[in-house]
This record gives sequence, C-alpha cells and structure tokens, in this order.
Amino acid sequence: MIELIQKIASVTLSTVFDVLPIAVIIFGFQLFVIRKKIPHLKQVLQGFVYVLLGLSFFLVGLEMALFPVGELMATQLTDPEFIYGSLEAIPEFFHWSDYKWVYIFAATIGFSTTIAEPALLAVAIKARDVSGGAISVWGLRSAVAIGAGIGVALGTYRVVSGTPLHYYIIAGYVVVMIQTVFAPKMIIALAYDSGGVTTSTVTVPLVTALGLGLASTVPGRSALLDGFGLIAFTCLFPIITVMAYAQLSQWRAKRNGSK
Amino acid sequence: MKNNIINIFKSLSDSLKDLYPIILVIAFFQIFVLQQPIPNLSEILIGTFLVVVGLTLFVQGLKIGLFPIGEAMAYAFARKGSLFWLLTFSFALGFGTTVAEPALIAVAAKAANVAATAGAIVDTEESRSSYANGLRFTVALSVGIALVIGVLRIIRGWPIQYLIITGYIGVVIMTAFAPNEIIGIAYDSGGVTTSTITVPLVTALGVGLASSIKGRNPMVDGFGLIAFASLTPMIFVMGYGMIL
Repeated sequence: MIELIQKIASVTLSTVFDVLPIAVIIFGFQLFVIRKKIPHLKQVLQGFVYVLLGLSFFLVGLEMALFPVGELMATQLTDPEFIYGSLEAIPEFFHWSDYKWVYIFAATIGFSTTIAEPALLAVAIKARDVSGGAISVWGLRSAVAIGAGIGVALGTYRVVSGTPLHYYIIAGYVVVMIQTVFAPKMIIALAYDSGGVTTSTVTVPLVTALGLGLASTVPGRSALLDGFGLIAFTCLFPIITVMAYAQLSQWRAKRNGSK
Repeated sequence: MKNNIINIFKSLSDSLKDLYPIILVIAFFQIFVLQQPIPNLSEILIGTFLVVVGLTLFVQGLKIGLFPIGEAMAYAFARKGSLFWLLTFSFALGFGTTVAEPALIAVAAKAANVAATAGAIVDTEESRSSYANGLRFTVALSVGIALVIGVLRIIRGWPIQYLIITGYIGVVIMTAFAPNEIIGIAYDSGGVTTSTITVPLVTALGVGLASSIKGRNPMVDGFGLIAFASLTPMIFVMGYGMIL
C-alpha cells in the first residue's frame, strides 16, 4: 500500500514536470500579452489538478495492470516455441501465415487500446460538440480504432515479411488523397487529426513492445532496423477509416433520401 | 450533492466501458491461445481500478480546465487582433510541449542507438546524447512550425487538404534521399509528438479560433492542427538524418 502511494506520488511529480512548460506558456501569455484575468480561474486550476491526478492514476494503473501483461503476451506470442509448438519443430524457412495469432493479437490490441486512449476521447468529445451531435463520440472512436487495428496488424505483417516500410506508407498516402477528393468536406480536417491522436499513452508502449518482440525473434529481422514503423501504420490507417466512415454515412443518408 | 454522486458514478461507468475491450482481448488470448493463467491478479485489479478513476478525473479536468482555457485564449487572441502574438504563442506551445515529451525522449535515445550501430555517428556516449538532443530539438522545432502554419491556415481559411498533400509529397521526396535507417524512426516520430495533454489544448485552441473568426466554420476549419503536428516531424527528422 505504501509502495503504491509512493509510486503514485512519483508519477504525479513527473507529470507535473510534463505539464509545467504548458502551464508556463499559458499563464505567461495570459499575464504579459493578453493582460486579462483568466475567466473562472479557480475552476480552470481545479481542472488542471484533475487532469494531473487523473493522468497519474491512469499511468500507474496501466503500469500495474496492462503493460506487464501486454508485454509478456507480445513476447510469448512472438516466441518461436509458441509458434511452432516446440524448439525442434522450427523450420528453416518460415511462411508469413505461421504468425497468424500475432496478426490477430495486433489487430485486437490496436483496436482496444485506441478505444481507451484519452487523447482520442478528448477530440471525440470536441467533435461531437462542434458538429452538434452529427458525429457521435462512439462512432468516431470506433472508426479510429478500426483503423488503428488494421494498421497494427498490417504493420506486424510487414515486420514478418520484411517488406520496405515506405511502400506501405506511400500507398496509404495515395488512398488518403483519393478519398480526400470524395469525402464530405466537413470530415477532412478531423480525419487528418485522428491519425495523430491514436498514438499516445496506452497504444505506444504496447505496440512498441510488439514490434520489438517480433523484430528480434523473426529470423532475418533486426530489432534496430525493423522494430520501428508500427506507430506510423497506426497513425495512417485511422485517417482512411474515418473518411470511409463519413463517406458511408453520407451514402446511406443519400440512399434513404432518394427513396 | 445527490446529483454529483450520480454524475460521478455515471462517468466511472463510462470509463469502465472504455476499458472492457482491452480486458476482453487480454483474457481471450491468455485463456484460449496462450493457455496460461493471468499472473498477479490482485495487482491487475488494483491497476484497473486506478485506470478507471484516472480516466474519469482526466475527462472531468478536460471539461472544466483544458477546454475552457484553450478556447478562452483563442477568443482573447482573436479579439486582440495581433497576429504576431498569436503565432508566437502557437510556436511556443508546439515547441514547449514537445521538447519535454517523454515519448519523444525515448524515441530519440533509440534513434541515437540505431545511428551509432549503423555507423552514421561515432559510437560514444557523448556523440549519442548530442545526436539524441539534436533530434529532440529538431522535432520540437518542427511541431512549433506546424502549429504556426496550422493557425495561419485557420485564420486565412486555406483548405487543409492542399497543405497536407504537399506535406505528403514532401515526405515521399525526402524518403527517396534519406538514409535507410532513419526512415522508420522518422515515420514513427510523427505519432509520438502529440501527447495526451497537448491534444485537448491544441484542439480547443483551433476550434476556438475558428468559431471566433467570422466566416470560419469550426468543423471545417477548427480541426487539423494535430495533423500538421504529426506530419512535419517526419520531414524534419529525415532532413536531420541527411545532414548528419
């Protein structure tokens, strides 16, 4: 118990240091440039304290509950002994489909950690308020999470197959460009944004562990060179699925309207 | 008081809903695929409880703290009418929040390892840490510039897609020339720059600006700042890899 309190205290302290530059910039500009009192100062400060404490609890909880299990699972699933049943059965040449559980794990863990991502929740709340409810919190989050799931799964396939990263990314860009032409105008900026928000507190550590685990166990891959790139996949595919979600809603609205 | 308690319970159960997909995935793989018991069950339960409480507090804090201050500053800058100060603020916000970002510090250290192993820099403690620091400042600079461009875009009402697609083309061109071992790190660095505290603040700033300027639509023009902040680091990091 004492250990837990100590841990929360030390994480809170380091979160304070993360927030410090932001607070200095905001209050500095308020004081010296805008020179006006901050509206509802007490409430805003209370909000900052909530955010600080909330984030610290969240991080300590993740470190206790999710990260050890997630990382352990990532290593177990990529372990050749698990994939081939026993150490003797490891074949000289492997087929990409040997790693099928890894892809499924990647897709589901990408999806579920993105749903829990606080930054995405923040953007989804804002999008709902601004769109007057047309974009629902769960609709946007599911669309982004599906994209992240596809992204992580494809990213693990890339590590296993050893194909160059930039082919996938450039192909993804081409799809994004084509969709941009056809997607409803009001979703475009939000879709572009949703790429960046998927990868923060929850997703990055787990996805990184998965990538490094894979790159260090798949024959012929190096953890240093092939371990990177999963985050990039996780950022790219939500853009595509969010635009697809908007296109689908538009198409359905049109079809219902023409009936 | 009674309402307050009901509200707290409602947001707690919302947070729990956010977590149950993770719990399902982990339980399924542990029980059916790996067929192993879940280690340290009590620790996991305490941890999950902390995560739920933390998420609930965070969302409350967003609503009463981060969102209002971001919007209030956007309105104040719009009323003041000084473009110079608004852009200075945007740059400071982008640079200041990124340079201290723990995820970025971790990625920069890894990148320095890669560069040392690949022989791009001398493999000593000193040259590695100077490489990592250089990378960090490069990314922070690029995020600062990204927010400046993004805020200018909101004010002028430029359509976002032309700017982003230009950025994509920039990434593709840089990929052709950048050293191979930096490409993966560069692509990843786009995603790690936008932290959980920066995102709500920057979103509120963008939406606040777009709704306080005449002729801008907060939905079409207000979003997009994060997109710039995750695109420019890719270009800048590849540039960094080419110069060094």
